[in-house]
Amino acid sequence: MARHEGRGMASVNYPIGMNLGGDPSQALIHSNPDGKFTVALSAIDLGQGMKQVSRQIAAETLGVPIEDVYVDTADSDTGPHDMGSFASRGTHRMGNAVIAAAREARGVLLDAAAEELEVNASDLVTDGRGNIHVRGAPSKTITVKATAQAAQFKQGKTIAGRGIFLIPLSAVDAETGEMNPNTAFAHACLVADVSVDDETGEVTVLRMTSAYELGRVINPRMVEQQLVGGAWMGISHALYETPEPYYPNPEHGPRDFNEYLMPGPGDIAPYHVTVLERPAPDGPFGGKGPGEMCANPVLPAIANAVYNAVGVRVDELPITPEKILRGIRANGGVKPGPRRGGAVNWR
Amino acid sequence: MAKLPVQFRLNGSDRAGFVDPAGNLLDLLRRGLGDFAPKYGCGQGTCGVCTVLIDGEPQLSCLTLAISCEGRQIETASGMADGPNLHPLQQAFMDNFAAQCGFCTPGMLTAARALLAKNPNPTRDEVVEAISGNICRCTGYEPIIAAILAAAAGGAGMRRA
Repeated sequence: MARHEGRGMASVNYPIGMNLGGDPSQALIHSNPDGKFTVALSAIDLGQGMKQVSRQIAAETLGVPIEDVYVDTADSDTGPHDMGSFASRGTHRMGNAVIAAAREARGVLLDAAAEELEVNASDLVTDGRGNIHVRGAPSKTITVKATAQAAQFKQGKTIAGRGIFLIPLSAVDAETGEMNPNTAFAHACLVADVSVDDETGEVTVLRMTSAYELGRVINPRMVEQQLVGGAWMGISHALYETPEPYYPNPEHGPRDFNEYLMPGPGDIAPYHVTVLERPAPDGPFGGKGPGEMCANPVLPAIANAVYNAVGVRVDELPITPEKILRGIRANGGVKPGPRRGGAVNWR
Repeated sequence: MAKLPVQFRLNGSDRAGFVDPAGNLLDLLRRGLGDFAPKYGCGQGTCGVCTVLIDGEPQLSCLTLAISCEGRQIETASGMADGPNLHPLQQAFMDNFAAQCGFCTPGMLTAARALLAKNPNPTRDEVVEAISGNICRCTGYEPIIAAILAAAAGGAGMRRA
């Protein structure tokens, strides 16, 4: 009885968002009398970082400090319409809507400042620190706060902007079958090293190494956070989780966290990620976003690594010890594949 | 059934409530006393999100009878920050991006606080063991482990655990 090591690889081209009937997101931005801005979105931040990314995008486009932007999400009664947070569309779709709304609000902001400074709005620039001044003449200046107050108390203007980003429905061409369901693709390649125990059928993920191409990385730490957390989910889907282990018989299904298995903090593997940035032409500042693809390549990479280790091709998830032991028996024993590549020495 | 009075220290303040004899501490904290840091997850002691300290020991408040807490010291994640100043563990969780949805965070912080109070310089394996009763769905655990080790290295266990 022995443990066998194996290496598997998987690559993915991952579509950002989907387009089943058109895919719109809207954003509304307005300034308050204190010169701070509220961004209203109906999409929800489940912890993936959409609020932070929207805040960065709004502040950058408005030309104001990031601490002066508040993002209000997830009230579909009062917020503008949004398809939702799914299909990895958050950064790309909401980000573009926020840019459109922030551009319009910035236009009104500069018009109001121009009226106060008695100059042409096209000569005005923002310094990103809460000031608006005439290009080349920094002494001719007004704060965003004073501008917001002048607009609201004197000029009778709302400093506000509306934004929508819409990928229109792309129908299938009857002649060619061609369609354009998506505008941005992200890419990844992941290598998993595993060890398979031929006595117990247990798989241990030894380490994973990946490269992700996600367009412009708008918040590097949050991208890393998504990739690391998502890879854990990938391991969990590959080796542990299922609501119906003996489908279609539901009686053996797990009913609670004692029975619904997931890797714990002692089961995680060292994971090394390299992020590549190829800005997307239609992305907000070139961003695409990580989303679900953080988990996706982990599953086939682990399945391939198991095959490489013991010669068992498991094509139903999760890859349980039982399936591996049945596979080894059906093959008449362990059939390790060729060892691939050298040792990984990044850790 | 008649309600029973119970009185204890919660995050340094005297608090009291009336509870069903079979009522659990989590219910009293959340519904009775308005402390929403401990979360209701599984309700059967398998997820760890309701973890609180009772006399310094990490306990699952969903499995603890409220009346058994008479006269004891209860501490939750709500009591960790000192006004606007975060507890070193909270700061380390922020710095290491150890929260995403945040649902497991109060329980993780509490489990970590109990560990560092007893063992200010834990090994990675000891950190893993200390949070092994707490489920996280978002982070993959690595940032949480890193945060606790960082807080320990910064002396969190000795300063204020």
